[in-house]
Parts: sequence; C-alpha cells; structure tokens
Amino acid sequence: MPENLSALDLVLTGDPALFAIVRLALIVSLSAVLLAALVGVPLGAAIALSSFRGRDAVIVFLNAMMGLPPVVIGLMVYLALSRSGPLGSWGLLFTPQAMVIAQTILVTPIIAALARQTIEDLWLEYRDELTAMEVGPLRRLATLVWDARFSLITALLAGFGRAAAEVGAVIIVGGNIEGFTRTMTTAIALETSKGNLPLAIGLGLVLIAIVLAVNALAWALRRAAERLAG
Amino acid sequence: MIRFEELTATAGAVTLLDRLSLTIAAGPPTVVIGPNGAGKTTLLRIAMGLLQPTSGRIVRAGDPRRAIVFQRPTMLRRTTAANVRYASFGADRTRELLALVGLEHAADRAARRLSSGEQQRLALARALAREPAILFLDEPTASLDPASTKAMEDVIRTVSQRGIKVVMSTHDLGEARRLAGEVVLLHRGRLVEAAAAACFFDAPGTAEARKFIAGELLV
Repeated sequence: MPENLSALDLVLTGDPALFAIVRLALIVSLSAVLLAALVGVPLGAAIALSSFRGRDAVIVFLNAMMGLPPVVIGLMVYLALSRSGPLGSWGLLFTPQAMVIAQTILVTPIIAALARQTIEDLWLEYRDELTAMEVGPLRRLATLVWDARFSLITALLAGFGRAAAEVGAVIIVGGNIEGFTRTMTTAIALETSKGNLPLAIGLGLVLIAIVLAVNALAWALRRAAERLAG
Repeated sequence: MIRFEELTATAGAVTLLDRLSLTIAAGPPTVVIGPNGAGKTTLLRIAMGLLQPTSGRIVRAGDPRRAIVFQRPTMLRRTTAANVRYASFGADRTRELLALVGLEHAADRAARRLSSGEQQRLALARALAREPAILFLDEPTASLDPASTKAMEDVIRTVSQRGIKVVMSTHDLGEARRLAGEVVLLHRGRLVEAAAAACFFDAPGTAEARKFIAGELLV
C-alpha cells in the first residue's frame, strides 16, 4: 500500500523522470501508429477492392501477421540496423527512430487487416450504388476510406494498444537507455526487476490512464460524428 | 431508347429471364409488373448494366445516361445534402433536388437517420442528380406507408413530366394503374404482355394477364 501511495505521488507531483519516459513512449507509439496508418489503410483498402490470384493467401498472411511476436520483430529490425546489417550505415540502432520502425512493422499488419475487413464489408454494402453511379476506382477507394473513417478508428486504436503495450521489440532495438530510449513498458520491466516498485506502478497507472483516455476520446469522437454523418 | 433482344439470364440452374425481347421507348412511365420471382429486378439490373445477361443483346440508342433507385437503397454515411452532392453530375443541383423530393428541411441530417420513406426520396434525388435520360425504379414504394407512397408517386409523376423516361417495377396493381403509360407483365422470366396501360387493364390480351389482374397469379 505505501508503495501505491508513492507511485501516486510520483504521478500527481509530475515527477520529471516519469513524465520524460511517458513523453517518449507516446511519441514513439503515436508516430508508429501514424506511419502504420499511412501504409496500412491504403493497403487494406486496395486488397479489399481488388481481386487477383492468391488474394485469399494474402489475407491469411496479413491476418497471421497480426499475431507476430514483438521480440521477433525486434530481432529482425536489430539485425537490419546493426552495424553489419543491410541498414547499419543509417546508424539508427538504439535510437527512438529504431523503436518507431519496429513498432510500425508491428502495427501495420493490424491496421491493414482490420481496414481490409472494414472496407470490404462497406464495399459489399455500397457496391450496387457506386457501380450504378459509375464511380471510378480511385474515387471508390477514397469514398470507402472516408465513409469507414469512424470504424477505422477502431483499427487505429487496436494498433495503438499493441504499440503502447509491447515491450519486446523496443527493448531490443532501443536498448532501454535512460533518458533516451526508455519507454513506459521497458521502464516498468526494468524497475520491477530492480525492485523499484513505486516508479513501476506509477508508470503502470499512467499507461492504463492513457489507454483509457485515448479509447474514451475515440469513442466520444465516433458517437458525435455518427450523429452528424450517420 | 433501349431494346432487349432475346435476353436470357440464369443463376445456376434457375432461369431468371427467358428469351425476353422488349423495346422501351421515350414517353410516359413504363411499369414492369409481375408476381415475386417474375424477373422484374433482374431486367432492371441488366438494363442498368449491373448484371450481364447469359445471352441476348441490349441496344441502347445513343447510350442514354441511366440511374437507378433500388428497392432498399444504401445511404452513404454522410448528410442528406452530401449524398445528393456526391452523385451530382455537372452543376450542383442539391438544393433544387432536395426541394423536389421534399427533403430541404433535412439537408444537414445524417442520411441514415432518415425514415424509410425519406431515404427512398433521397435515393430518388440522388439518382436525379445523375441527370439521367432513363430512370429505373425497383419497387420504389414496396416498404412505404400510404403517405410516403403518395409522396414518392407525386415525385415520379413530376420527373416523368420533365421528360425523364421512368421505368419502374412494382407488384402493386394500384400503383401501376396510377402511374403507368405502358405496362409490361413478366411471369417466370418470360414476357407475357406489353401494352398501353389503358389497353392492358381494360382488355388484357392473355389469360395470365387476366389472372394477374384478378389477383390469382401469385408465383
């Protein structure tokens, strides 16, 4: 109990070390979700609207990628960015950028797979109307992405949840360097192993609060938008 | 305007249209009637180009612009006005078209929150935004209450008077009597009779037409 009170104190007094970790974790996760959305939504939409040989296999592969273990992604990115790796000259290993790359790879299949399903469902609903209106492929794609935007928020939330909660990839490619690549999840793991439970619990509380706040905001946004646009 | 020659459509082992030949000319509304499963929707979907016939030919004079209102139209997840604006071809006539169908008061409401009757009228406004020469209506009043049906029929009359060729399907004989200039009776995918409305109802030329008018041709 005293540990819990200390953790709460850290949060309520705005402990600089704690909030530096929170800030970095948010920057990394939100950047990864943004990049993953830029790739995943168009990719999901393109698969939803196209028919080609092997499409089912691509969908199965994409869905399977949603369950990729973060440590495997971390290892792959580590090998690619390490000095002897193909991208070693970029000098990104053990930097926040490396963490963004790893989380983007982790989150993109989630967003793409959920976007594919959402847009395909909407396409089944819209197909006759858009075909009758002679809407071309590009406008069709834009229409479906735009009209599915509130449902796609769920895909982004799932991606954010995955990025915010994962520890395996960022600890491998970031190195958990204090003040530079230490995020909430890596710090929780480290502080727990060191026995510094107040900071670990404080970070845990903040992480839960952030996830709750982001979901509540998305829910409120979706409800308001549905009232206005259906 | 549009001619169907020996049109056949099948889905698996089921024949939806059976060597149907028909000419639809400009003028007052052509109303396609027939019991459920007669092939009315299939004919309209083929005419719109949404379905390919198994065999036969469609000849469109000058390839007139077409639009359709489905029996259960899908509203885009946008406002009423945005739905019409989306379909607009050329100049934006959203306000004029919403006024025509009596929905100017609902311009900023979410289209999906409109009543069935309002959604059907919005679908009509959206189809008119395409500036069609031929307007296909697939049982546009099938799920509407009497007041909404009357509102819809009034707009259909106005549209027809403005020179747009209306081709609509219905299984409601009363509606066919009120709107049709020409009646086309289908039964089990075959064309049974095509005649001027007055002629069809006063002196039907086939036994099937007489049975349908008497309410005895159910399937």
